[in-house]
Amino acid sequence: MSGAPSLGKDLVGLEELGADQLRLILDTAEPFKEVSERPIKKVPALRGKTIVNLFFEASTRTRISFEFAEKRLSADTVNVATAGSSVSKGETLVDTARNLEAMRIDMVVIRHGASGAAQFLGQRIRSNVINAGDGKHEHPTQGLLDMLTLRDRFGRLEGLKVAICGDILHSRVARSNIWGLLKMGAQVGVCGPATLLPRNVHELGVTILPRIEDAIQWADALNVLRLQLERMQSGFLPSLREYNRVFGVTTERLARAPKDLLILHPGPMNRGVEIDSDVADGPHSVILPQVTNGVAVRMAVLYLLAGGSPDWAHGGPDA
Amino acid sequence: MTTRTSLLDERALARTLARMATEIVERAHGTEKLVLVGIQRRGVELAGRLRRLIEEAEGPGVALGKLDITLYRDDLQSIGPRPVVGETSLPNLDGKTVVIVDDVLYTGRTVRAALDECADFGRPRRILLCVLIDRGGRELPIQADIVGTALTAGPGDRVDVLVSELDERDGVELVRGAG
Repeated sequence: MSGAPSLGKDLVGLEELGADQLRLILDTAEPFKEVSERPIKKVPALRGKTIVNLFFEASTRTRISFEFAEKRLSADTVNVATAGSSVSKGETLVDTARNLEAMRIDMVVIRHGASGAAQFLGQRIRSNVINAGDGKHEHPTQGLLDMLTLRDRFGRLEGLKVAICGDILHSRVARSNIWGLLKMGAQVGVCGPATLLPRNVHELGVTILPRIEDAIQWADALNVLRLQLERMQSGFLPSLREYNRVFGVTTERLARAPKDLLILHPGPMNRGVEIDSDVADGPHSVILPQVTNGVAVRMAVLYLLAGGSPDWAHGGPDA
Repeated sequence: MTTRTSLLDERALARTLARMATEIVERAHGTEKLVLVGIQRRGVELAGRLRRLIEEAEGPGVALGKLDITLYRDDLQSIGPRPVVGETSLPNLDGKTVVIVDDVLYTGRTVRAALDECADFGRPRRILLCVLIDRGGRELPIQADIVGTALTAGPGDRVDVLVSELDERDGVELVRGAG
């Protein structure tokens, strides 16, 4: 339909999208939630489409979530996992994708360790490309599912205060959240050890919250990031126990929190490090609703991208 | 050059719906196993009104559902995704007499999609099709069981069904030369 926003060919990141496009994805995700509650959890919308899930990095949740989303839309899917193999960047990535394209695929969902890999691929192949996490750049569907979960609970994103806690520097989840939430009119705070905050993070328009106690008092919701354990070896952190003592979202700290504070976590969790078990399983947590929403958001993205070029969007509904 | 003529005014629409409600009960042999399913959007409003009319005559307890067929369309490739996918919520359909309610029957493709979608929700004993306007122009072998008004409209014409819930007034109008 003319005038309606569309997403274009690829979903690389939330930085490139406008508020109307973000709203389109979130609104489209709403009816897809119900599809997963049906006795037959399947609609024929993407019948005949072939989708390759190309994962150069380990993933359980995201890959399975994409696969459910694809299957519930009746697409045919192939998983290519290359973790552990000596796939190098650049030419080899394109060669892999071009070989897949020669087998007449329609979409590629890619996770890759190199920032920019999804955009690089999208510019070189005709299929739609969806970024399922690229290096330290973005993880747009995670940002979208976080926003959907927040919108479910608060009924809005505008004016909401969301604190992202943990390793902001290395986190593509943080980046997608920051871009998406700011565009939807939310306020974003970041909280973490100084060594794990990007140097110019305040220039993005986010509030720096020095202590986790500050974040808990300031925010309507905390998005607690996974502490990647390999960061310790590289000297960013002295010890996990110290991290938990200073920045952990613990039961004691939450005892003084407002009742309706929400706790999000993109998973997989390090229980007892960035988040206590009692918190993860407690009344503030929306960690499992996030997972449920992940399938709906990915269905929405697949559906909107699969519709073909926006130039085709003409003609009215028949009856 | 478009011209707009009234096919049914408010009172004629009310009379037509009252007759259709009676026909539904006759065809379904009562209301015990009856499920009315409106197709988004105006079919939902019409199904709601038909239920009120049926319940006034037969007593309460007529099951009502709504169906959005967007994800069952066969034209995603040619016209792109519809930005707004409406709500689908259906009661149990197994063994029931399902009456699919829509405002205008034209190509039949919407009904084809609705039949496919119903089949994914259960196994009704029977499915009937009830439309307010049959405007001809079928592209599939589909026919309605209960029809409010039938007419022959050309491909350049459009039939507007107006319901006060969405359009602030009731009526059916034929727009000639709408493209």
